Amino acid sequence: MIGTAVLQRRGRVRGRPALYTSYAADQAILNTPAKRWWTAALVIVALALPFLLSRDLTSLMMTVFIYAIGGIGLNLVTGYAGQVSLGHAFFMGLGAYTAAVLGGVETDRVLGFGLDMAIWLPMAGIVPALVGLAVAPLAARVRGLYLAILTLGLVFIGEHIFKEAQMITGGAGVGRSPAEPVLFGMDLHGTYHVFGYILPRDAMLYFVCFLIFVVLAVAARNLARSKLGRAFSAVRDRDIAAAVMGVPLQRTKTLAFTISSFYAGIAGALLVVVIGQITPTNWDLFLSIQFLAVILIGGIATISGSIMGAAFVVLMPRLVSELAGSVPFISTAPGSGFLTVFHVQTMLFGALIVLFLVLEPRGLYGLWVRVRNYWKAWPFSY
Amino acid sequence: MAELISAGLIRGLGIGSTYALLAVGFVIIYRATSVVNFAQPALMILGAYFTSVFISAAGMPFAIAVVAAMLAMAAIGMATERVALRPMVGRPPFAAAMVTVGVFITLYVVAHRLIGSRVRAIRDPWGLEQVDLLGVTVAQIDLAKIVISLTAIAVVGLFLARSRLGLAMRATSLDQEVALAQGVNVGRMFGLAWAISAALAALAGALIGTQAGGFEASLALVALKALPVIIIGGLDSIKGAVIAGLFVGVAEALTRTYQPRYADWLGSNFDVAVPYVIMIVVLMVRPYGLFGTREVERV
Repeated sequence: MIGTAVLQRRGRVRGRPALYTSYAADQAILNTPAKRWWTAALVIVALALPFLLSRDLTSLMMTVFIYAIGGIGLNLVTGYAGQVSLGHAFFMGLGAYTAAVLGGVETDRVLGFGLDMAIWLPMAGIVPALVGLAVAPLAARVRGLYLAILTLGLVFIGEHIFKEAQMITGGAGVGRSPAEPVLFGMDLHGTYHVFGYILPRDAMLYFVCFLIFVVLAVAARNLARSKLGRAFSAVRDRDIAAAVMGVPLQRTKTLAFTISSFYAGIAGALLVVVIGQITPTNWDLFLSIQFLAVILIGGIATISGSIMGAAFVVLMPRLVSELAGSVPFISTAPGSGFLTVFHVQTMLFGALIVLFLVLEPRGLYGLWVRVRNYWKAWPFSY
Repeated sequence: MAELISAGLIRGLGIGSTYALLAVGFVIIYRATSVVNFAQPALMILGAYFTSVFISAAGMPFAIAVVAAMLAMAAIGMATERVALRPMVGRPPFAAAMVTVGVFITLYVVAHRLIGSRVRAIRDPWGLEQVDLLGVTVAQIDLAKIVISLTAIAVVGLFLARSRLGLAMRATSLDQEVALAQGVNVGRMFGLAWAISAALAALAGALIGTQAGGFEASLALVALKALPVIIIGGLDSIKGAVIAGLFVGVAEALTRTYQPRYADWLGSNFDVAVPYVIMIVVLMVRPYGLFGTREVERV
């Protein structure tokens, strides 16, 4: 009796890691010991990185986390809910400018209220989410490629608005400085002493980015296995069937857009804190394509895939420029040689999207599943 | 009044007819393979590049150079379809559309590499010449754009409506399996659709590239305006593509002429955003475009 009760509560049997005796245990995010250990190891490595890496690599890792936040947001609407959006760059821009106005420094050219990060960061998510909520009724009316091009329209109209709203964005070509990352009165750009150790510069910003990333990733993973997440998948797989089963289509699509825009806004606001100066032309079609590449290369409708995809898309150009010295026909200086590093980076990017879609539609996540399954059964083939 | 006709209508129809050319290319590929070809801008700029090379390096006259560029691009279009798009047959349209985005990025870099940072010029026979048309002075190039584009579209339309191959293409777009059962080589039809579409893109590139001061690789992004055009017209309607193309061109030209005077608060260069605004308005009223077929939903 007692044994059964314990078993039901824990849902696991000692020595039988793959046997689940409760629904909760089966649905747990970290449902196997291997996942628990690997996640713990990765978190420890991520926390140790700013002490090991140089400053530019640390900020590259921050970019990875931020791209992962944006990628998760796009994956929620495109991967889980099946609504292809090319408008992600617009919502990121919206988040970035909300943050810049609320948390930026006032000059004679641009507005800035100099508020704390505890205020501007949530607002950077909420304002794009509200705009997403306003756009969603229109987006919910159209499907498939019509929707993709409709959201592309958002990017172009948004770019025009950003260029014109000079008090907010600084105007085309000039731009403005981003929000100040001051959290509860503590400047995250500064150097700090903790327990007698001197933290490297920007390490605090790195930790805060990582924390936000982890919180948002876990939230998205939780969302995906909730009632709403299942509604997303139902709408993606067959919207009429979903409606017949009682899933409210309009509401589900609207929520998908709103939540995705929230993630995009946060990612946009943090991205400019890492990059620095921003101009309205940053938020263009190519940024949207980059985020589509994150989820296509990483894996459609997976959170861990979005993270892998973000790491890949952000780190690949750096890897190419590191390797450029040892490959003969790539030149590092512009205007000389057969191909410049920039050409190779961009071409590789395009070619990789094609290759992944043709050869491994499940992306890096699919590759990982194959490797995992191989070693699970090793030395047998299945 | 003269300004309305020359700067508004005629120039608008000139630009609009090139949009129509690009849009017809999109529609032909969409009807054959249900894929929106995002690589069209790159095909267009490569077409403009080939035309300018054939004129300046090979010394060909304008007309022959354009035809040669169209043939070259048709070959490139066919090759692209065979390498990148054929493996995607039977996969969701979104995945195939993303493949064309990958192709676009790759070809766009190739165009950047070929054209370089210098401005290239197409030495077209019209230049800045003007002509008197019923008492209004209009630029010859605008008339040339309208005549050439609409002729090319008419030829394609006739080919689709009258020839055996055109019939086979229409059969393929109607139902691939049935067409296959009737002995149509469906794979070849896909290739043909890409070839026609790439050739039309090359023609559009040659015409758009004639702009005063020459062109750079970034001119490719002009072709993205054909996307709202096909949405306004309906993804699968050639008639819709032509009408919407001309309409968007005129709307854009009128905005460029009159918006700074009457609606300055919309900001400078508002004409760039106009096609998208029209698109959103049209989609609010008709989710499948003006002439598009409503998707049949089976449960």
